[in-house]
Amino acid sequence: MSGKAFVFGDNIDTDVMAPGYLMKLPPEELASHCLSAIDPDFARTVQPGDFVVGGQSFGIGSSREQAAVSLKLLGVKAVIARSFARIFWRNAINLGLICIRLDEARYIAPGDRLSLDLQVGTLFNHTQDRRYSFDPLPGHLTGMIADGGLIPHLKKRLAAKGDLA
Amino acid sequence: MARGMTLVEKIIARAADRKSVRAGEIVTVGIDLAFAHDSSGPRRWAPMLEELGVGLWDPDRVAIVSDHYVPAVDAESAAILKFTRDFAAAHGVKNFFDMVGICHLVLPEHGLIRPGAVIAGGDSHTPMAGAFGTYAAGYGATDMAAIVATGRTWVSVPETIRVEWRGAFADGVAAKDVMLFLCKELGLDNAFNAVEYAGPTVEAMGMAERMVLCNMAAELGCETGVVAPDGVTFDYLREIGAPVEDEAAALALASDADARYATRHTFDAGALEPQIAAPHSPDRTLPVSGHQGVKIDQAYIGACVGAKIEDLRMAARVLKGRRVAPGTRLLIAPASARTTQEASADGTLHTLTEAGAILLPSGCGACAGMGAGLLAEGETCISSTNRNFKGRMGAKSANVYLGSPYSVAAAAVAGHITDPRPMLEGTAP
Repeated sequence: MSGKAFVFGDNIDTDVMAPGYLMKLPPEELASHCLSAIDPDFARTVQPGDFVVGGQSFGIGSSREQAAVSLKLLGVKAVIARSFARIFWRNAINLGLICIRLDEARYIAPGDRLSLDLQVGTLFNHTQDRRYSFDPLPGHLTGMIADGGLIPHLKKRLAAKGDLA
Repeated sequence: MARGMTLVEKIIARAADRKSVRAGEIVTVGIDLAFAHDSSGPRRWAPMLEELGVGLWDPDRVAIVSDHYVPAVDAESAAILKFTRDFAAAHGVKNFFDMVGICHLVLPEHGLIRPGAVIAGGDSHTPMAGAFGTYAAGYGATDMAAIVATGRTWVSVPETIRVEWRGAFADGVAAKDVMLFLCKELGLDNAFNAVEYAGPTVEAMGMAERMVLCNMAAELGCETGVVAPDGVTFDYLREIGAPVEDEAAALALASDADARYATRHTFDAGALEPQIAAPHSPDRTLPVSGHQGVKIDQAYIGACVGAKIEDLRMAARVLKGRRVAPGTRLLIAPASARTTQEASADGTLHTLTEAGAILLPSGCGACAGMGAGLLAEGETCISSTNRNFKGRMGAKSANVYLGSPYSVAAAAVAGHITDPRPMLEGTAP
């Protein structure tokens, strides 16, 4: 199953993904404004399984988890960028939103059809007939990803051991 | 002999119960203080704690500060504040600060930021606490919920960028100018790095200016900013009634002479001019002359980074005997209730309001796009805050320039961006 690439530039910040003045709204409503300051059509046209592609420091700025929550609620399958801001990256993987660091992100064009093989660590660009390898996630996080995020992971640990120690 | 460690490596090693750690290692650390505010804290944690069926791991090591939706302007913000208050009471959180200022200033004001501590904050400007020689990093809501439930988190030990400053600033140049300059010089793509500030210029700074350096480590993309604890740190903590018990141990936190850095930089403070960052990113910085004459609608002095008592005094030095230009508004949101009390006691508030400044409540306010002082479409603002992303302070087409409190006050007087130094010298009206 391939998804469509929505391509953005460097320094896509948390505030354009989740604007501060809308942070009181319920998550689904907030998500409908995601990235509207730079692409008014994004939230309306993105489909479950599509990809967001960025440049450097994707997710720079605030700690607000709603930036990653909004992308996830819109059905974004993965974010592919040359580099990520630390807090956004942690937020995304804690929620089970895949983030892939890839220098070649700059070769992906808007509308390209992409798909992923997470086990092997390969991104396919079907439109350009290219494939790219990426580094797998750090080993200590694979258990958490397999469990579906940080809270389900802790819940599982709690059930197995009776405490969070 | 083993290679020496940086300040950040020493703190993480202690918190990970290890003799030493090296940049790049992944370790689990115990948290000494976890905090969040009304937007990022209880209302986000509660459903996750409920799902896990657990409470706070140690209520005495959790602090909660209501500073974002303060004071309530509608039923939704009132409900968020009430939820925060009720959560703090229900969970026995004694360090709960309700509408007395911005978390990053309120916590040090109450002696809760201790040299050598590992601090996890539910806000990206958590690195401000690094001014006291802590490892203080920001986390999102799910990480924070896990932290307040377990008292631990994982850390990928960061490499440290060392930035040394030598010489004295010209009058009218401040730590804020240093950071706007560094955003351009070092760029914003420094994730999973820490930045350490050192050198005679930093040693000569008070805690307020050191807090500015560490606060805006967030803008550099760094996970934390640090200054080694010294006599200035100890004096601050002694004065507020929370002295450091073991000063020798705190001094020993300083990076070893043979510590390894990602990069090292040295700059001359004497050569630094006032800096202004253009819309919509803090790295779009030029010396003030590069933006001379840009007409402004609003001048804003606020936020954790830019509205401490020292910042208000900088603005007052420019505004004394002058008036805000017709057609321009100057809004000031002191960063804490204590800031307002001090500004009232020393006459600073009188000077600011005489000049035509409008006082706003203490809180994150317009800097976070939440409080009073938001911008209309097409308006231009100069602000003492730390970021100027598109749409952050209101309308999407609004333009926000960043500058020091000196530069913001000078622009308010002139009605356009201008160099504050001639006003301080008395050679400009």
